Amino acid sequence: MDSDALIASLQQAIPGVHCEPAPSVDLHATVYVSRDDLPAVAPALKHHPDLQFGLLAELTAVDFWPREPRYEVVYVLVSLARRARLRMKVRLNADDAHVATVSEVWPAANWLEREVWDLFGIAFDRHPDPRRLLMPEDWDGYPLRKDYPVQIRKHANASEPLQVTQEEFRRNVERDRLTRT
Amino acid sequence: MGLEAEIPVLTTTVEKMVQWARRSSIWPVTFGLACCAIEMMAMSCSRYDIARFGAEVFRGSPRQSDLMIVAGRLSRKMAPALRRIYDQMPEPKWVISMGACASIGGVFDNYAIVQGVDQVVPVDVYVPGCPPRPESLIYGIVQLQRKIAQQKLA
Repeated sequence: MDSDALIASLQQAIPGVHCEPAPSVDLHATVYVSRDDLPAVAPALKHHPDLQFGLLAELTAVDFWPREPRYEVVYVLVSLARRARLRMKVRLNADDAHVATVSEVWPAANWLEREVWDLFGIAFDRHPDPRRLLMPEDWDGYPLRKDYPVQIRKHANASEPLQVTQEEFRRNVERDRLTRT
Repeated sequence: MGLEAEIPVLTTTVEKMVQWARRSSIWPVTFGLACCAIEMMAMSCSRYDIARFGAEVFRGSPRQSDLMIVAGRLSRKMAPALRRIYDQMPEPKWVISMGACASIGGVFDNYAIVQGVDQVVPVDVYVPGCPPRPESLIYGIVQLQRKIAQQKLA
């Protein structure tokens, strides 16, 4: 399924959705989806019988500074049932870098969105756990942005900030146990 | 130490005895951060055999260790964990900074890596190399033994 066929079935699944094909060197079907359409597009991609993209293989971002729109959030989706892959991109402006979370649709997005937030500073609205993932909790700035300095002469922190209180920790463990059973 | 002619007894000072005991059984903590740890493991295995110098017992617990070999680049997020392990080791304790990354940051001159572990823990011996060969690390341990032999008790 190429980009055009995919867009056709998307538009058939959700009337009025706006998406356009994107250039792709490696012949993967690639589409641009607008930020406002993403909450409707994501469940349709997963559940519509013509699409069935059940696996979120990768979620990352690209910084095109100083171009505007500056960021592109990239979702790589795989349909195991239909043996198809799809690359979906959402363009974001620098002064308005936030997008809806897809972690309710694909639970794998939880940590990937945390990583993108951590390294690019792109906020995910209504994310269940919007903490940093890789950098220390008290880190300042977003290292993978193009305008971030690579070399920082900063003294290493030898003590650890307290991430959660004991009550929060117990609540998290309890919640985790409930969702597993 | 002096050997008396007729009585089979060695005489020495307490200080020399303690220095000898400490330097002859430096037990490192099992703590490898990156590729230098592979050379550290090679050093402890039979080909290079650090057992010849009494330092072969890599302990799984910092409570039983005398030496921390910082083998590899230390990320800023790992720095509190490294400091905590160092704090858990009982006195007397020593630190070897193994390789270019642990000593000055090495090729990782960026925001994520601590530019020298001496910002986090006091270092006794720096071993250069990228990574150092097992012989270099053995030399570093022998240097540390010389240093321990000169440490006064009081």
